[in-house]
Amino acid sequence: MTNRHITVRNRSGTVSFLWEKRAIVILLSLVAITSVCFIAGLSIGSTMISPVAVVKYLLGADDGEHQFIIGTHRLPRMILSLLVGAALGLSGLLLQGIVRNPLASPDIIGITGGASVAAIAYIAYFSETAGIKWLPFASILGAAIVSTAIYALSWNRGVTPYRLVLIGMGMAAATGALTMMMIVLSNTDVAAKAYIWMTGSVYGATWGQVYAMLSWLVVFVPLALLLNRVVNVQELGDDVAAGLGARVQWQRLGMIGISVALAGAAVAFAGAIGFVGLMAPHMARKLAGRSYAVLVPVTAIIGGLLVCSADVVARTAFLPLDIPAGVFTAGIGAPFFIYLLFRSRKPSR
Amino acid sequence: MHELKTNQLTLSYGEKTVIRELNLQIPQGKITVFIGSNGCGKSTLLRSLARLLRPAEGAVILDGRELAKWSTKEVAKRLAVLPQGPVAPEGLTVFQLVKQGRYPHQNWLRQWSQEDERMVTKALEATRMLPYADRPVDSLSGGQRQRAWIAMVLAQGTDVLLLDEPTTYLDMTHQIEILDLLFELNEKERRTIVMVLHDLNLACRYAHHIVAVHDGTVYDQGKPEDVMTAEMVEAVFQLRCQVIKDPLFGTPLFIPHGKGRIIDEQRNAVSVSTG
Repeated sequence: MTNRHITVRNRSGTVSFLWEKRAIVILLSLVAITSVCFIAGLSIGSTMISPVAVVKYLLGADDGEHQFIIGTHRLPRMILSLLVGAALGLSGLLLQGIVRNPLASPDIIGITGGASVAAIAYIAYFSETAGIKWLPFASILGAAIVSTAIYALSWNRGVTPYRLVLIGMGMAAATGALTMMMIVLSNTDVAAKAYIWMTGSVYGATWGQVYAMLSWLVVFVPLALLLNRVVNVQELGDDVAAGLGARVQWQRLGMIGISVALAGAAVAFAGAIGFVGLMAPHMARKLAGRSYAVLVPVTAIIGGLLVCSADVVARTAFLPLDIPAGVFTAGIGAPFFIYLLFRSRKPSR
Repeated sequence: MHELKTNQLTLSYGEKTVIRELNLQIPQGKITVFIGSNGCGKSTLLRSLARLLRPAEGAVILDGRELAKWSTKEVAKRLAVLPQGPVAPEGLTVFQLVKQGRYPHQNWLRQWSQEDERMVTKALEATRMLPYADRPVDSLSGGQRQRAWIAMVLAQGTDVLLLDEPTTYLDMTHQIEILDLLFELNEKERRTIVMVLHDLNLACRYAHHIVAVHDGTVYDQGKPEDVMTAEMVEAVFQLRCQVIKDPLFGTPLFIPHGKGRIIDEQRNAVSVSTG
C-alpha cells in the first residue's frame, strides 16, 4: 500500500494528502492524448490545415491566415465539445456514486427529460419571437424543475437511491412522451430543429457559449472535487456512511445538485448528447480504480475526449455533411452499454 | 470508556412498534450479544444504538447526553457500527476501504495524517489483512471480506463497536475466525463490543453479557450461565431444547428438539421423555 502511494504532509500536520502514483501517470498520459486529438481535430476538416500551422496559431505565431477557420469555427467548437464532455462525465460520476450502480446516467434524474421538454417547447412556441439565444436558459430551467420534482417525489424520510432511480425512470417516460407529442404537433421546420437538439450537437459553437460553459465549470468542478471524501464514503452504503459520521442526506442533496448543474449546462449548450455520462466514469474507473479524487479529473478528461473526438468524426467523416456529434457518442455508447449489461449479468464474486 | 444506554426507548417502523419503553445499559469493556427470534427487534435495537434509526420516543444516551444531540462525526469517533451484509463497490481495494474508517477524523485538508496511517496499518495488522491491502474487496473470500470490513470499523478507533450479525453467510471456520478476532480485541484493548448473533451456542461462548429480546422488550439479560436456560429459549424462540455443558468451554450448549434421523434409540428416548 505504501509503495503505490505518495504521501504529502506539511510539518504541523494540518494538511495531508495521499496520492496514487498510477493516477498521476494516467492523468499525464490522458492530457497528452487529448492534446494530440485537439491539434488533430483543429487541423482536419473540409479545409485541411497542417498540424504545424495549428500549433503556430495556438501559440499566437500565426499571421492571421487561419483566423477564420480555426479561430472562429473550429477552436470554439473543439473547446465547447471538451467542456460539454467533461461536464457530462462528471455528472455521471456523481450520479453513479449516489445510486451505487455503474448503469446510472444523468438521464435518470430528469436532466435530459426536463431539458428536452423545455427546449422543444421553446423551439416550437418561442424561438420565432424571442430568437434562439434563450434556448440554453429554457433547457437548464427545464432540467432544474424536473430534477427537483424527482427529488421531491423520491423523498420519504430521506431519499434512497432505489426510489430515485424508479421515480427518475417514470419521469423520463413522462417527459419523453410530452416531448414527442410536441414534435408531432409542430411543423416540419421545428421538428427538424428539435431532432438535432435531441441528438446533441456542437455545430456553430461560439466563443460566447465557450465562456458561459467555462464559467459554469469553474464553479462546479471545484465543488465536485470538494466532495471527494463524501462520494467515497457514500459509495459504501447509507448505513456505513452514517456510521462513519457522514451527513448522508445533505451530502446526497449536494451531489445531486452539482450533478444536475453540470449536465444541465452541457445539455443547454450542446443538446441531449447521450451516453457520455454513462461511459466516461466507467472508463475512468477501469483505468484509474476507485478513488474519487482521482476519478474527477480522469472522468472529466475522458468525457471531453469522447465528445470532442465524436464531433471531429461527425463533422469530417461524411464531408460536406456535418452530422450531430450525438450520433457518434450514441454509436459508441449503445454497444458499450450492452456490454456493461452483459458483464453485470455474471456473478461478481 | 464511553457509556451507552437507553432511556424509555421506543422504536417503530411506520405504525408498527418494535421496541417499547426500554431501559438498557450496555456493560463497558464487555462483549454483549443480542439474541432473539427473527423480527424480534434486536437488529432494530442495535441500529438505534448506532443512531441509524431515530427513536419514536425516549432516547439512546451516550456519555450522559442524547445521541441525537451529538454531532454525527463526534458520535463516529466514539462508536463504530458495522451493518449487516455490507457491500463494497466493485474494484475498491481493502486499503481504500479501511482508509474510509478514518472519515470522522479527517477533513478536506487533512486527508491522510500520520495518525490515519498508523490506525489503518494497525487495523490491517489486527485483522491479518495487511497482505491483502491492495486486493479488491470483491475478489476476496467471504471471511476475508468480513475481516476487511471489521478492519475499517477498527480504523475508526472507537471504544465501542456495534456489529449486526457479523457472521452471517460465513461458514463455520470463518464464523469462529471472526468471533475469535472480536474476542481478542475485547481482551487486549477492552473495547466494548455489542453484536447480534443467531447461533446461541456461539453467543454463550463469546458473550460476557446476553440480552434476550422478545416481544418488544428485553425478556432477560445477564451472564450466559444465568440467562441461557431451556425455559428462556422456549419462551423467546418457541423452541424446546436440552441444555448441556459445552465439553470444551463449559458454557451452555443447546440441543434443539425436533425431527431428524435417530441412530441411538435409547438416548433419544431419554431426550424425548425429559423434553
